[in-house]
Amino acid sequence: MEAYLDNAATTCPFPQVRDIMMETMENEYGNPSSLHMKGVNAEQYVKQARKVIAKALKVTEKEIIFTSGGTESNNQALIGAAMANHRKGKHIITTKIEHASVHNPLLFLESQGYKISFVSVDKNGHVDMDELLQLMDDETSIVSIMHVNNEIGAVEDIEAIGKAIKEKDASVLFHVDAIQSFGKFKISPKKCNIDLMSVSGHKIHGPKGIGFLYIKDKTKINPYIYGGGQQKGMRSGTENVPGIAGLGKAVELIHENHEEKINKLYELKQYFVEQVEMLPDVHVNGCTDMDIRQTAPHVVSVTTKGVRSEVLLHALEDKGIYVSSGSACSSNHPALSGTLQAIGLPKDEVESTIRFSFSVFTTKEELDYAIEAMKELLPVLRKYVRR
Amino acid sequence: MLYKAFLLKYAEIGIKGKNRYIFENALVKQAKDALARVDGSFSITKEMGRIYVEAESEYDYDEVIDALQHVFGIVAICPVKIVDSIEWDTVVAETISYIDKVYDNKDFSFKVAAKRANKSYERTSPEICIDMGEQLLNAYPEMHVDIHNPETVITIEIRNKTYIYSTIEPGPGGLPVGTGGKAMVLLSGGIDSPVSSYMIAKRGVTVEAVYFHAPPYTSERAKQKVVDLAARVARYTGTIRLHVINFTDIQMYIYDKCPHDQLTIIMKRYMLKLAQALAEKDGCQALVTGESIGQVASQTLQSMAVIEDACSMPIYRPVIAFDKQDIVDIAEKVGTYEISIQPYEDCCTTFVAKHPVTKPTLTSIQKSETHLVEKIDEMVQKALDTVEIIEVEAD
Repeated sequence: MEAYLDNAATTCPFPQVRDIMMETMENEYGNPSSLHMKGVNAEQYVKQARKVIAKALKVTEKEIIFTSGGTESNNQALIGAAMANHRKGKHIITTKIEHASVHNPLLFLESQGYKISFVSVDKNGHVDMDELLQLMDDETSIVSIMHVNNEIGAVEDIEAIGKAIKEKDASVLFHVDAIQSFGKFKISPKKCNIDLMSVSGHKIHGPKGIGFLYIKDKTKINPYIYGGGQQKGMRSGTENVPGIAGLGKAVELIHENHEEKINKLYELKQYFVEQVEMLPDVHVNGCTDMDIRQTAPHVVSVTTKGVRSEVLLHALEDKGIYVSSGSACSSNHPALSGTLQAIGLPKDEVESTIRFSFSVFTTKEELDYAIEAMKELLPVLRKYVRR
Repeated sequence: MLYKAFLLKYAEIGIKGKNRYIFENALVKQAKDALARVDGSFSITKEMGRIYVEAESEYDYDEVIDALQHVFGIVAICPVKIVDSIEWDTVVAETISYIDKVYDNKDFSFKVAAKRANKSYERTSPEICIDMGEQLLNAYPEMHVDIHNPETVITIEIRNKTYIYSTIEPGPGGLPVGTGGKAMVLLSGGIDSPVSSYMIAKRGVTVEAVYFHAPPYTSERAKQKVVDLAARVARYTGTIRLHVINFTDIQMYIYDKCPHDQLTIIMKRYMLKLAQALAEKDGCQALVTGESIGQVASQTLQSMAVIEDACSMPIYRPVIAFDKQDIVDIAEKVGTYEISIQPYEDCCTTFVAKHPVTKPTLTSIQKSETHLVEKIDEMVQKALDTVEIIEVEAD
């Protein structure tokens, strides 16, 4: 049996996504900027995708720009907005648990003379709102907060945060990394006072290499990639038509019977957390004294004391169960997870934490299989440790 | 394309007496294999103690030099200009134009050396030297002759065509792979063992390799890293036969039955036993490791003596007395360093005790190994039966 439980790393594309991409490669391969029919046809795919996304977010189509994915969206948002607003101030506030694609562009900006402040989080990964507001000053130009944390599935209250920061200073830009949350939660950027929001295609059963950035109308932001002036000059380069078409299709499909899909995910998560917590010396991070419904429906962070995460990962892999240690994007350079340290996990537990993450394709059978595998493996692996 | 050919110079091969043809043939074969990996077609001819590579198509100069610099046995590569004619005035004109193209600054000392395979040629060798020298001095007054200690030797070889050369690209030296027997290298993912492979191959030894894989404690990526390392070394050695042994059961069994501070020593003894079995099967005459004195607890003289007691085959350790930095320098030159430093654990580090023995005695180790008698032979046999063999080609 195979159980792909690494859906926060990437997801299996919907078959319809693959189909529409095939179509744009086989037949509608025109350049959307071309004046002829072939170009016009290709442009229709881009327009359609933009329409679907705008509808899902209840925003206008011109507020969406396509990018090469979540990382580019975050880079574009932060660097582009920081540069365009440097006269307002060179202070940016973020959290201690951001993904590398937010953290590292901010470190770049720090090297360019910006000041970056990192807000603490509690044991469940929730931002300390008082600290956030205290950190804001006249120089603050951007606040960047992730919606759902990729490692523990903590959900930040972006509506409350957006409201509070705008009440304190309406000119501060609010950026939200929604890469793990889009498709899991219905997000309304307008309601949450969001100015910039990053989304990735392949986390929602779309293709890799495509994503988008929501840029609220009239937001001051510089382009990050220059060239032929496509997408109103905000993102030059011939549009990735197959990627955009696939992304549009994925957005459409993930929002079909959305509530039902998410309810099913929560049921699976509830079940899995209960089962896992029954295993000896195993605990789940990020949902202490909390209703599962207040966490992300698809991420479960599990600490298995006495077993190194990498070893458990490979032992599970041997049984066809695919999980992550820490965040997949960072596992090829094993640095300790920032998120797990920020929520106060001791070093040995950080090294013993793996992440299970689900998708709409995940079944209860797969979870049972994973639980059974853990029951079998943990005692054996605990026996063979370095001493 | 200025150069139509390359003259390959070799040093030590010249003194191998009646076996010389074996070395030359091996060199020709290795050069052919190396050139097969670059764009273009080439012919290689061997005559009168020299090996010529002639280009039969367009080629990229740097690519060809790089390929030839991976062929052990070559000490120097001379790029050669070929003139189709041997008519003297043409030869002079072409030599003058050759000097102009190769040397921007002509203020250097030189002498002309002549070789005359074509003995019916109108001039003798000394006459060629004298006349050509004069013509060059007339053409470039900045040049000056120094017969005894010239900065540049301009060689004119008259055969059915004329061959002109004066510059040298260094070769890797050593002896052609395939002339020095065959050895089994214990290849980990580290920095030292690929360097050892390179060094032993440089003396003409054909290398095979064995890697000990311990899933789930070592990952698929750790194994892929070893394959990548072998592929890089294979640029010098040609295709490497890599044996992947699943070592987990043996490792766990030792862990269960033996004292922990002896774990690494006993594990390595079994690695040698397994390596020797594979080596014997494939007709290797020796084992090769990347051990270097004092690097880790199992690489003290005491530890290595106890470890090598486990096998009867000679073990060579090319980097035994090298400092780490010296090994790193070679690894960087060979191109394995950047692969070696990827952070995937090998099976030795996973369970290494916090305080391993550094001065084990053979009797204490053998006593501990008596706890293994029940199952170990069966496990060793199983490991050998399930060995995975990968023929790793140069990358």
